[in-house]
Amino acid sequence: MNHPFDYTAIHKDVLKEIANIGAGNAATSLSEMLNQPVHMKTPVVHVVSFDEMMERAGGKEEVQAAIHVELQGRLKGSMFFVIDPAEAEEFVGLLTGNKNLSLIEGDSFAISAFMELGNILTGSYVRALSDFTNLEIHQSVPSVAIDMLGAMLTAGLIEISQVSDHAIMIETVFSDETSEKNPLQGHFILLPDPEAFQQIFEVLGVADHE
Amino acid sequence: MSKVLGAVKVGIADLNVVEHPGSISTIGLGSCVGVVIYDEQIRIAGLVHVMLPDSSIAKTEDFKQGKFADTGIATLIEMMLQKNAKKSRMKAKIAGGAQMFTNQSGKDTIRIGPRNIDAVKEVLTEHNIPLLAEDVGGNKGRTIEFSTESLLLKVRTIQQGEQFI
Repeated sequence: MNHPFDYTAIHKDVLKEIANIGAGNAATSLSEMLNQPVHMKTPVVHVVSFDEMMERAGGKEEVQAAIHVELQGRLKGSMFFVIDPAEAEEFVGLLTGNKNLSLIEGDSFAISAFMELGNILTGSYVRALSDFTNLEIHQSVPSVAIDMLGAMLTAGLIEISQVSDHAIMIETVFSDETSEKNPLQGHFILLPDPEAFQQIFEVLGVADHE
Repeated sequence: MSKVLGAVKVGIADLNVVEHPGSISTIGLGSCVGVVIYDEQIRIAGLVHVMLPDSSIAKTEDFKQGKFADTGIATLIEMMLQKNAKKSRMKAKIAGGAQMFTNQSGKDTIRIGPRNIDAVKEVLTEHNIPLLAEDVGGNKGRTIEFSTESLLLKVRTIQQGEQFI
């Protein structure tokens, strides 16, 4: 059976490495923007049902701020940067130097600042991914939502759900180490489209997984 | 898909049935559409969490029936008939079908919410099931719960709180 996710440990490692390079680059950008160190946890790759994916990401009804971009070009998929809305506001405060902007209440300047943060982070991730795989990858204009996690993340499952009841979720958690009591934390969730995996494995020379 | 009383939770692309006096719910609908079908007389209700409009776009033969509007609604009707519901008494209420992000450009993802809504309505019409209430579209996530007691569908959103349809 040609199950789309019938991969070995090597394939999972390849996906982890990709996330490591992509998110690593994004962490560097973030650190430069905030002018403080940003810690990145080891990426994790999960083959999960759609329900499990929402649980892992924090729960379907959990209200989060998310930036969504679509990957286009030779590697297609969806990417999300997900963060607690209050923490997103802190980021916005750090970036703009204005602590009084409310992202949650829909202040348009706060939304643009958050979108710009997303644009830079996902852009660095995608650039590193593109360089590493030598595939031409672009990203769509980012879009922001603050809503139930389950409602937002399904936007990244439309392609994969036509092929499977499971998704491969490549997740990387970031945190800002400086404030120990309440570190800022955000995560990247990369959901490649089904054909993207073969593409990745082929260019990295691990295509044969029989 | 067992016989459960009380509060039944339905996952993504899944479906289930609840008997009186229970309730049935699904959490975090975005572009997905939650379709509730009920038989007022014997007070049983079913819910399917539809992700995609039509099973013709499935690229595999084996999939969760609840994923598509056509297979999901047909399977739900079947489950209800087995619990002695009558098709002629069935009524429907739906919610969901939002577009959460504005940047989605891929040909399949574009307008998936509205396409799901259209498909669900079409399938309900094919089965001659009247649609009594709906809260669809927009750009908000929804959690829904249907009570076999009140026959009302509770729709919860972040911005507007709870409303009953």
